[in-house]
Amino acid sequence: MKNIILGCFSLLFLIACSSDSSSNEINNDNFNRTELLTNWADNIIIPRYENYQAKVVLLHSKVSTFVSTPDQTNLDEVRIAWLEAYKAYQYVGMFSIGKAELINLNSTVNIYPTNQAGIQTNITNGGYNFALLSQYDKQGLPAIDYMINGLANTDAEIIAFYETNTDATKYKQYLSDLTNQLKVNIDAVVTDWNGTYRNTFISSNGNSVSSSTNKMVNSFIKYYEKDIRLGKVGYPCGAFVNDGNKYPEIVEAYFKNDVSKLLLEESIKASQDFFNGKYFNATTEGSSLKSYLDYLNAKRDGQNLSAIINNQFQTILTVNNPIDNSYSNQINSNNVKMVELYDALQLNIVYLKLDMMQALNITVDYVDNDGD
Amino acid sequence: MIQTYLNKKSDTVTLAFFRLAFGLMMLFSIIRFSAYGWIDKMYIQPKFHFTYYGFEWVKPLGNFTYILFFICGLAALFIAIGYRYKLAITVFFLSFTYIELMDKTTYLNHYYFISVVSFILIFLPANANYSVDALQKEKIKRLQIPTWNIDVLKVMLTIVYFYAGLAKLNSDWLLEAMPLKIWLPNQSNTPIIGNWFHKEWVQYAFSWFGALYDLIIPFLLWNKKTRNIAFVFVVIFHVLTKILFPIGVFPYVMIISTLIFFSAGFHKRIMNFIFAPFKSKLTVFETPNTLIETMKPPKYNLKMCFLALFMAFQLVFPFRYWLYPDELFWTEEGFRFSWRVMLMEKAGYAQFYVTDAKTKQRKAIDTTRFLTPFQEKQMAFQPDFILEYAHFLHDYYEKTGVNDPIVTVDSYVALNGRLSQRYLDPNIDLAKEYESFQHKTWILPFNDVIKGF
Repeated sequence: MKNIILGCFSLLFLIACSSDSSSNEINNDNFNRTELLTNWADNIIIPRYENYQAKVVLLHSKVSTFVSTPDQTNLDEVRIAWLEAYKAYQYVGMFSIGKAELINLNSTVNIYPTNQAGIQTNITNGGYNFALLSQYDKQGLPAIDYMINGLANTDAEIIAFYETNTDATKYKQYLSDLTNQLKVNIDAVVTDWNGTYRNTFISSNGNSVSSSTNKMVNSFIKYYEKDIRLGKVGYPCGAFVNDGNKYPEIVEAYFKNDVSKLLLEESIKASQDFFNGKYFNATTEGSSLKSYLDYLNAKRDGQNLSAIINNQFQTILTVNNPIDNSYSNQINSNNVKMVELYDALQLNIVYLKLDMMQALNITVDYVDNDGD
Repeated sequence: MIQTYLNKKSDTVTLAFFRLAFGLMMLFSIIRFSAYGWIDKMYIQPKFHFTYYGFEWVKPLGNFTYILFFICGLAALFIAIGYRYKLAITVFFLSFTYIELMDKTTYLNHYYFISVVSFILIFLPANANYSVDALQKEKIKRLQIPTWNIDVLKVMLTIVYFYAGLAKLNSDWLLEAMPLKIWLPNQSNTPIIGNWFHKEWVQYAFSWFGALYDLIIPFLLWNKKTRNIAFVFVVIFHVLTKILFPIGVFPYVMIISTLIFFSAGFHKRIMNFIFAPFKSKLTVFETPNTLIETMKPPKYNLKMCFLALFMAFQLVFPFRYWLYPDELFWTEEGFRFSWRVMLMEKAGYAQFYVTDAKTKQRKAIDTTRFLTPFQEKQMAFQPDFILEYAHFLHDYYEKTGVNDPIVTVDSYVALNGRLSQRYLDPNIDLAKEYESFQHKTWILPFNDVIKGF
């Protein structure tokens, strides 16, 4: 009898003292998250960053050549290198974690529409500091797009800005500074990953709000939702604002113009490859969100959730395929196709943000309240 | 026969034990809630609160909310020691219920259980012995009280368990092992048993055992022969739920509450143990008070009739969902206050739009501006939350100059392992819809059937 009474009181004591807080690293399921994070870091994130870095370095050297000898050949070379860098960037935009998050890599590389008037002021006045928030829309790949494709209607006129214009030196300086800033930023990110951050990332292998898995998944979905769905398609075709207006002038890479479809395609492939844990530039698939979902046997309507999500990525690419290379043209000629594309993108947000997050039991909030 | 039952008496010590245990548990719960900083998180920080239909006037009181919690905790302490019991339990019931009504985001069946039990306790002579009141006023001290005073609490516990069991008798729970099929693999790191959570038969076993447990445990507790083994099951079951799910103090509350089913002798031994340091006083509690014992019971016991009515209400109220069309889990019309505990895995996604009626300009709303992540999560799959939030958006944007704001929502809900599907009619202007007990016609059909209760 005494034991029961003692038991009751130790229970009472437990009530007062039990900690339900899940702020520490806690693993609830047995899925090997270390393996997942290692695959992400070693086979996806770091190789993708290094690839983008290499493309930026190439762009940087092509720009150097161009500013010393501004001619058609060198301009073409810059344009090719710029597009390669832009494509490579589509593979890294989703990783807002660590250094990239700290320096706002996404904002410094790809804010569009770019601020043409602001750029002109910067060129004329000088003395700009690209690290400032107010300078985000005057730098990055969209700003370079403007500098190499948007200054005038013909290539000869564009080259003239760097050759005969009274401010030619200042234009050269600005273009160099833009590429230099791209390089500074990606160098900082790569250095950090190749330094201590890789281990920091992998060792945070729990499933709390601050764990790497949670942060990465949240970053991945947020990027897909805001930067891919809205930025590339939703805003330009007016589907998101739905006020009856279209905005063909705010597509990605507007001045080059005929690559907006290509860039979306790259970003979708990059998202799908990340979801499937596919090694960069290889066909091998490692531990991933897909294998995590399959491990948990996440089925929806009798079908693997991972297959449903992959099918939807495929659908997006299929819907994107017949669209004009230039989203601006497509929006002006037949916007219905763009709205269809938006809807296809939207559907996968529901699968990722609702069905996948539910299956992975990923915490979206910082409140560890009691449930019932 | 009824008359014989009404005249049947039991020792007051059982009720005194329950009063002491209940008071202490509530005191600890309040302290725990405050210590985690949840008062601030749940009631002070949010800019907006989801209210209950008819109780829209119940709102957090700013910094006075802390005082409200303090009063509630103090009342719990007074209940435990039995000091000014009637006042203490009334204040506790009112303050606790007020706290629960402030924001339905935090709704838990267990909180409702506390409110109901404290309401019943208002009408019971739980301070008749082993209390400061009994020590101070000879008049109220009694050794025995009519048995129904204790049985009413047992009946309440029986309803909680049995109805929780009934609710599990549906095709999702029994035939699909949902939602445990989703929840258990997420807990596979649990020591020893965790590795088994991936096995389908384990998921089914947990589902069936859970349903069976809820349905029969109260009756095994009533029965003297099975009581001890039943209590062992109570402890195992609730400790397991405590390990697997983030359900706070309630496993302990339930374990301790079920002790009321034990005999008066058992409760007396517990009290002797607790009061051991005050041995001299103990004799006071155990000395019969001749004056009281000779008093006749009143002819019409109003209190008892009232409680009987209340229990009848408790029996009927959870079935109100029969009055609504479509699937209960989908619409949640009549879902709360019905002991549907840990019954479904449901999550939602809601993107709100505010359109200016004149210019047709549409804004997409960033919900994180107005709601905490916890509120957003709870809101996304419950129609009454979505409706209330839509009205809030209407009023907010009207003030910022939007003409007659039209509020629409793109919403999706995933329920018990089904793929998410559109939840509400995306074309309905929610600002023109109003909360009521009527069926919400703008909830899209579920397109599936869950058979059973």
